[in-house]
Amino acid sequence: MEITRHQDGAKSLQQTEFRARQLKARDMLNGDLDEADLEQHVRESIVTTTVDKALAWARGNSIYPMTFGLACCAIEMMSTVGSRVDVARFGWEAYRGSPRQCDLLILSGRVSIKMAPIIRRVWDQMLEPKWAISMGACCSSMGVFNNYAIVPADKFMPIAVHVPGCPPRPEALMHGILKLRQHILDDPDEGWRARYGGFGTEEVFPTDSIAVNVPGGEEGQGA
Amino acid sequence: MPDATGLELLAGELRDADADGVLDTLFFRDKSVLLVAPAFVPAALEHLRGKGFRALMSVHGVDYFPEEPRLGVHYELLDMHEVDRITVKTRVSTEDPHVPSVTPAWPTANHQEREIFDLFGVHFDGHPNLTRILMPDDYEGHPQRRDFPVGGEPVLFTHNETKSPGWWK
Amino acid sequence: MQAERSEDAVSDVVQPGLREQTIDVSSVDTSELHEELLTLNFGPVHPATHGVLRLIAQLDGEVIRDIKPVIGYVHTGIEKTAEDKSYWKVIPVVERMDYLAYMFNPMAFCGAVETLAQIEVPPRGQYLRVIHMELNRILSHLVWLGTSCLDLGAISMFWYCFRDRETINDLFEMSTGQRMHTRYIQVGGVFEDVPPGWEAKVREFCAEMPSRVDQFAALLDNNEIFNQRMRDVATVDEQTLLDLGITGPLLRASGNPWDLRKAAPYCSYDHFDFQIPVGTVGDNYDRYSCRLQEMRESVKIVTQALDGLPEGAYVTEDRKYALPPRHELATSMEALIHHFKLVTEGFRVPPGEAYYPIESPRGELACFVRSDGSSKPARVHMREPSFVNLQAITTMSKDLYLADFIATLAMLDPILGGIDR
Repeated sequence: MEITRHQDGAKSLQQTEFRARQLKARDMLNGDLDEADLEQHVRESIVTTTVDKALAWARGNSIYPMTFGLACCAIEMMSTVGSRVDVARFGWEAYRGSPRQCDLLILSGRVSIKMAPIIRRVWDQMLEPKWAISMGACCSSMGVFNNYAIVPADKFMPIAVHVPGCPPRPEALMHGILKLRQHILDDPDEGWRARYGGFGTEEVFPTDSIAVNVPGGEEGQGA
Repeated sequence: MPDATGLELLAGELRDADADGVLDTLFFRDKSVLLVAPAFVPAALEHLRGKGFRALMSVHGVDYFPEEPRLGVHYELLDMHEVDRITVKTRVSTEDPHVPSVTPAWPTANHQEREIFDLFGVHFDGHPNLTRILMPDDYEGHPQRRDFPVGGEPVLFTHNETKSPGWWK
Repeated sequence: MQAERSEDAVSDVVQPGLREQTIDVSSVDTSELHEELLTLNFGPVHPATHGVLRLIAQLDGEVIRDIKPVIGYVHTGIEKTAEDKSYWKVIPVVERMDYLAYMFNPMAFCGAVETLAQIEVPPRGQYLRVIHMELNRILSHLVWLGTSCLDLGAISMFWYCFRDRETINDLFEMSTGQRMHTRYIQVGGVFEDVPPGWEAKVREFCAEMPSRVDQFAALLDNNEIFNQRMRDVATVDEQTLLDLGITGPLLRASGNPWDLRKAAPYCSYDHFDFQIPVGTVGDNYDRYSCRLQEMRESVKIVTQALDGLPEGAYVTEDRKYALPPRHELATSMEALIHHFKLVTEGFRVPPGEAYYPIESPRGELACFVRSDGSSKPARVHMREPSFVNLQAITTMSKDLYLADFIATLAMLDPILGGIDR
């Protein structure tokens, strides 16, 4: 019968390693490490990355969704915030009421023709970078009610993730959220027009408009 | 429910008030129904209020296409003390879709009559604010009519994915 | 705030909130002041309106002089879609109207169809319907309580209420397969019998729920801020509410014990012993208390229904309307033919019109079905309580502070899916 005693040995190995690293770190801070040692220390202990990646990491883990419940899917979206399927684990729990402060629009529910221009206006008010999740079958693809009163969300705004279901379980929405989070962490293009090839859809304001905060140009070009 | 005889008595009283008011009575599945002429509706409801049916529970519209007159408006009355219900129905055609509004006497009919106007096109004369309530204000057509198309968008399944409308383009 | 104003001012002296100190502005020269009402739009996108409700408010400072709801932002044409589908398929469509009372919508529809087709629902089916409906009532009140307290600032309640909602959703998932919009209630009974072990889980839930409601009450009932915000706010007398056609907890809070489960019992509700909570003052606090107590009463109903759950069929035996059990398809030719007809064309309902009212968590929910003899309904209309109740918002919020109005709107419990259909 062989009895292996890895644990203690491993622990003591880790302990000596840790101590060694501590001493090296102290030496580095004192400026006592020479060239080769310094390089090796830097390679081992400091994570280097690009600023973009760091920004993408920060952005992907602290999205502010917008309080935007339309219909039944909103109840399941609220469940996602609830304690069983907790979206706060990923840092996404800070729902904000103002589109100016939000990164994410979760279209939860059916989009009626009366509501579509308003959603588009809210989307335009959001600042880049911004994403949208189309939650549920109704806004992704007309869902249960394929009739005169409903519009699929793809028709008037760009959607990053479609989550099917009627209503999608909170776990399903979480799956969609995680997919979007992976997409954000991969540092995509910031402008939604660059991401989806939506050039040519900019709003053009007439020159005599009273909107003073529209950037200039011959015709003031909006977002 | 006022049973069949009670219903006939009621109808008789209403006919005393206005001979052409009550067009028909119906006792179907234990429910009393009075079919009245459009102009007589407020008077009929007031008479029934006097009889104890003091709560107007629902005002809704029906399209009887292709029967004429096509558009119907139903008033569901409830007597809370006797737990009785009675329905008053009226029919108008699309050429002359005018029914006097009961909103001044029954405030609960406000939004409900607006909904019938929006979805069927029945004009309620005397309504304080007869505008569209569910559809956008500039919408044309009355969607709940039977000859209005259901509408809808083609859904992209795998078999027709290549025919994507490409709305974002 | 009580302000002394000059005689030619636009507004009258305002008397809300007597706890505030008076501020004396009589020394200010008000002859140059011009007062007008501010028109403020609570857009459809607003965290405190329960759904996409748009309100246009005329404000005099912080006091609301007039408020008008604008609806239609989630109008889905459900009634139009229902005309296009066979009766069986209308059930999922109609379920999605009042999306928190998704057992009540099909109950009203199936009740209307059963009236027209003169189908009897077997006792077990009725009891199962009652159990699911009362569980749904508790769920609806839980979501109402959670979101209302969110509006009032008592944010923890949201998580407590949604935790219990998850338990009920698990029960629904176990018996019907879906958390929401379960299409469990079918014409003639229910879709499927409950699995073994479900009853034990429901009893567990019923044993725990009253103590949870007591915890909610302990948090809120004597809370000073909650009381100041809710007591004597938006008091409306009973006659005004009756004129506006209000039913449900709103009417019961003002003292009228009108509840269809007691007044005109349907679906075996007369077999159960429960009480109707009724308010005394008619203010927001009473509306809250009524709903809280209704949760306790619903637990009683569920327990009694489980105790008395009869054996037998859960759906009508009439094979022209309800699917035969699958094992019969292998042995009986008639069963196969019935199954085929029901699944492809659907059943035909004799021509006629029916109006079937039930008591949903928000009031009288009724379904009007007109049948022209074919397999698709010619008209389906739901008399939605939220649609009618919303008309009261103007009366209820006269001369209220904006903050009190938010509380009042929360106590009104509007569900926009039902309002807009």
